[in-house]
Amino acid sequence: MGCGRRLGGAGVSEENGEPDGDVEPAEGLDPPQGDLTTTESVLTAEATPRFERAARRADAWRGFFFAAPTYLYMLIFFVAPLGIVTMYSFATRNRTGGTDLEGWNLASYARLDEPIVRTIVFRSLWLAVVTTVICLLIAYPFAYFMATRTPRVRNLMLVFVMIPFWTNFLVRNYAWRVILENDGIWNDTAEATQTDTVVDWLLDLPHWMQWAIPDWIENLPSPLFSEVGIVLGLVYGFLPFMILPLYASIERIDLSLVEASRDLYASGRQTLRRVLIPLSKPGIVAGSILVFVPSLGAYVTPQILGGDKETLLGSYIVVQFLTARNWPFGAALSVVLLGIMLIATQIYFRNEGRTL
Amino acid sequence: MSAGPARPRGTTRVALTANAVLVYVFFFAPIAILAVFSFSDDRLVGRWGGFTTSWYGDFWADELLKDSMWMSVRVAVLSTFVSVILGTMAALALERFRWKTQRFFDAVLYLPIIIPDVTMAVMMLLFFTWGFDITNDVFGTEFSKGFGTITLSHIAFNISFVSIVVRARLAGMSLELEEAARDLYATRWKTFRHVTLPQITPGIAGGALLALTLSLDDVVITQFVSGPGATTLPVRVFSMIRKGITPVINAVSVVMLVASLVLVALSLLIQRLRGGSITG
Repeated sequence: MGCGRRLGGAGVSEENGEPDGDVEPAEGLDPPQGDLTTTESVLTAEATPRFERAARRADAWRGFFFAAPTYLYMLIFFVAPLGIVTMYSFATRNRTGGTDLEGWNLASYARLDEPIVRTIVFRSLWLAVVTTVICLLIAYPFAYFMATRTPRVRNLMLVFVMIPFWTNFLVRNYAWRVILENDGIWNDTAEATQTDTVVDWLLDLPHWMQWAIPDWIENLPSPLFSEVGIVLGLVYGFLPFMILPLYASIERIDLSLVEASRDLYASGRQTLRRVLIPLSKPGIVAGSILVFVPSLGAYVTPQILGGDKETLLGSYIVVQFLTARNWPFGAALSVVLLGIMLIATQIYFRNEGRTL
Repeated sequence: MSAGPARPRGTTRVALTANAVLVYVFFFAPIAILAVFSFSDDRLVGRWGGFTTSWYGDFWADELLKDSMWMSVRVAVLSTFVSVILGTMAALALERFRWKTQRFFDAVLYLPIIIPDVTMAVMMLLFFTWGFDITNDVFGTEFSKGFGTITLSHIAFNISFVSIVVRARLAGMSLELEEAARDLYATRWKTFRHVTLPQITPGIAGGALLALTLSLDDVVITQFVSGPGATTLPVRVFSMIRKGITPVINAVSVVMLVASLVLVALSLLIQRLRGGSITG
């Protein structure tokens, strides 16, 4: 009986209508009509005794029955909303700020060409790319370090990556707000009441370390309410999303290959470029997408650490709904965001993803 | 496998170790600082003014915050309960049976995991607005956004996460035991009840914890589907932060942090029991 797990993916069932995947009620046990032209289905039809086919059909019904409640739920509360967003994106905004579900048009999509919208889209893309690259640069050496530890140390390290992964995202971003807030832990510009700020501490380091501290640090503004603050918050938020798939794929590499490469006089850099990186590519792709996609649609982080000055795609969409009351335009932007996400995940699955 | 020889030496090793240490400092220092300053007796959130627990008292005295906390708990528990049942059934249907339109269902089930929060939030807002317009017109009912809409939206994304975790568990399980049970004339139900279910229980528990965490964490989607006065704790905190931060927010954040940590601890416990993979 046992249908192999990968069986469905082979795609036999859908092209030639093999009864395997059939959920139609079993009206008699005739072989599917009109499909006997291909030799393949003739063979399967002949090779499969009738009762077995009936059993499979019953099995298909059972599967469908198990899925049905969830299926129905997802159709109502996910697929339908998806359709409605798409519908709204073609609708018209009326004078009172409401939405007329008539006179369908592409005006909302045409607005993507406006300079301000383009600036926002490109700024969001840029910050998402910067965040992804920084995460990659930090996470790769970290994941490699982790993968080369003994199993005990490795598990312990993993636990302490899982903690931030599971910890409330809002709270973790807020923690940075507390640190960077003016006249707080970072610096103390207004009143000189508190001496132990991070900047003070850096300036108080012993002499032999002072060379690393540039003079301008004294007047360094807090990165709060700037693009630096946003990237900081995003990197902080999504770094575990990069570490976990990278670790999963590096750990799977046979590390004796690294040794072999070194034995054959490859330099460390060559080994990294020719051996490690190609072998860990699935992890790199998976991690990058897991960081890039949420960074692109980020809303909470820019609001908490970026202030209102640096408008990004996520905030801009929210504004369309909560303040500007231009729902069709907001819906169109959401559809565009979804489109970018779908393209990214296509790349992910092409690279035999599903590492997470 | 001894990872010994592939371990880097010399300066590379120093650099890698330093990087690892810095990553951990980066991860945990902000959280620790937040926890410490939630006990600071100063109106400015980031300034130390002596030890106090009064901000926690303020949090407890704030009816709005307390209401939204209970709302969070209720939404999280109910949405987890429903999504565990639906998600597990979906996982079984996808891993153990072959049927028509299965691949479509599979794709639909994957989408909530990868969809940006903002897009999903917009979807749910428009869906409920449009749907309520119709139902209120046709049936003369007065539905409005609140507990119900928040819970329905949370179930919609939680189902996917539960099913992915349970599926990973089912996929890693060998079919032999189930087949043996069937060969020994156990009914399908008995096979499920006595063979499959005990084996996937850790997966279900893991999925449930993930669902609880996600539900307690969510800000964007909840903000869009909550009604006036009826919302969850993270959304309340988020709107407070935007109005201007106060030490009370520090205290609330630490409470939320502790809740997350309890869930992490539980999930690690479960992971130890099943001795398995990272997230699946």
